[in-house]
Amino acid sequence: MSQLTIQINDKSYINSTDKTTKQVIKNLQLTLTNNEFVCLVGPSGCGKTTLLNILAKLDTQFSGCIELQPKHIQPKVGYVFQNPRLLPWRTVYENIQLASAAKSETLDFLLASMDLADEKDSYPEHLSLGMSRRVSIIRAFANDPDLLLMDEPFVSLDPPTARQVRALLIDLWSKRPHKVLFVTHDLREAITLADQLIFLSSSPMSVISEVPVTIPRNERLQEIKIEQFRQQLFIDYPQIAELL
Amino acid sequence: MDFISRPSILALLSISVFLALWQGLAIYLDTITLPTPFVVANVLLEEIASGQLPHHLSKTLYRLIISFSIAMFLGCAIGIMLGRHKQIDYFFDNWLVIFLNVPALVTIILCYVWFGLVESAAILAVVINKLPNVIVTIREGTRSLDSELLDMAKCYRFGKGKTLRHVIWPQLHPFVMAATRTGLALIWKIVLVVEMLGRSDGMGYQLHLFFQLFDVASILAYTIAFVALIQAIELLILKPLDKKAQRWRR
Repeated sequence: MSQLTIQINDKSYINSTDKTTKQVIKNLQLTLTNNEFVCLVGPSGCGKTTLLNILAKLDTQFSGCIELQPKHIQPKVGYVFQNPRLLPWRTVYENIQLASAAKSETLDFLLASMDLADEKDSYPEHLSLGMSRRVSIIRAFANDPDLLLMDEPFVSLDPPTARQVRALLIDLWSKRPHKVLFVTHDLREAITLADQLIFLSSSPMSVISEVPVTIPRNERLQEIKIEQFRQQLFIDYPQIAELL
Repeated sequence: MDFISRPSILALLSISVFLALWQGLAIYLDTITLPTPFVVANVLLEEIASGQLPHHLSKTLYRLIISFSIAMFLGCAIGIMLGRHKQIDYFFDNWLVIFLNVPALVTIILCYVWFGLVESAAILAVVINKLPNVIVTIREGTRSLDSELLDMAKCYRFGKGKTLRHVIWPQLHPFVMAATRTGLALIWKIVLVVEMLGRSDGMGYQLHLFFQLFDVASILAYTIAFVALIQAIELLILKPLDKKAQRWRR
């Protein structure tokens, strides 16, 4: 199976007003094997979005390397941004279609599985935030990515909607698995979704610990199991408590 | 009260008041330099019937369309380029300031002197006058493009053509419409001067002729035809375009 190696030695921003440099990422090493769902957990503002932008090749000003094995493959990236970033002047369907080469049956299937079949021809401004988020998730999936990046996609959704979209996401992902990097600062959300948790320290960002989630997927709807795991996590890794 | 405050009734009322004022003033002054609306309307109908007015109006309209299209096309291309690339923008900024501030009359005279009293010189003069305005407006629009959407397009590998058509162009649309409206108003005026100075047909040439004959009724008749045509362009072309582009808004 394929493997993605991420090695970022240094990523700094230069403040244009007083010429000071601020290091955001230092010696960050990550290896993603198989089609794992990995959650990156860390305090807000620690540089997680910067990391995702580097992986999506939107930011090339860093030292280090990102490699996908086997080589010669340009990894296809799907990116679910923190804001949905839909084109307001194109319909839901056009927004998804523009970003992918998928057949119309696939798009219809994806829309139906996210309960959006009726909104196919609506413009994004007529949708609720939860719906727009789902559209941006479909857009990422329709692209059939090798690597799916998700940047706190459920922030500012009300809890029932967030739960619903999370369930739909996992459902979709298990049908067509691929590598997922999911950024969040909500530990419960991370435990619910992930195969693997990666805890990140704040500025400069680096990996503190990697923890596999051992709860079977079919038991993750039970809040109690999640809570038990979370408590155990704080006992086993005391440094995590300081992060969150 | 409700009946009077309807927009269409108001528009009709305002035009009637305007015509009444004109008529009153013309009767009161009783001079050949201000004919009554009735006389002007008669001249207008005669000129249309004789084919003179349609001939010259269409000549002017043809020059307008050609020079407007060239100016808009070049202006959009250069404006987008300057808005996207800071270095090029810094380099050409001074050029733009120079061309913005050269008086229209100077460009027209120089074009005629350098290239002769020919059609292409006339069109070139109009384009040079209009181009800097389009560039500045479109550059402003390009600078205010949403970088989040551009990043999205890059991430999903839209490519240049797709990005331009689906991401950049819709955002530039209000700026293009603004450039179109100010552009039409500006180009009309310049085309007339160009025709007056070096062409032997068109509205500008005719108006110059009437001026020498002190034929105010004909001048006013041509003006009315003019204004009506511009209104028609606004109502039949620009407004529907606006409406079509805005349909995604709530």
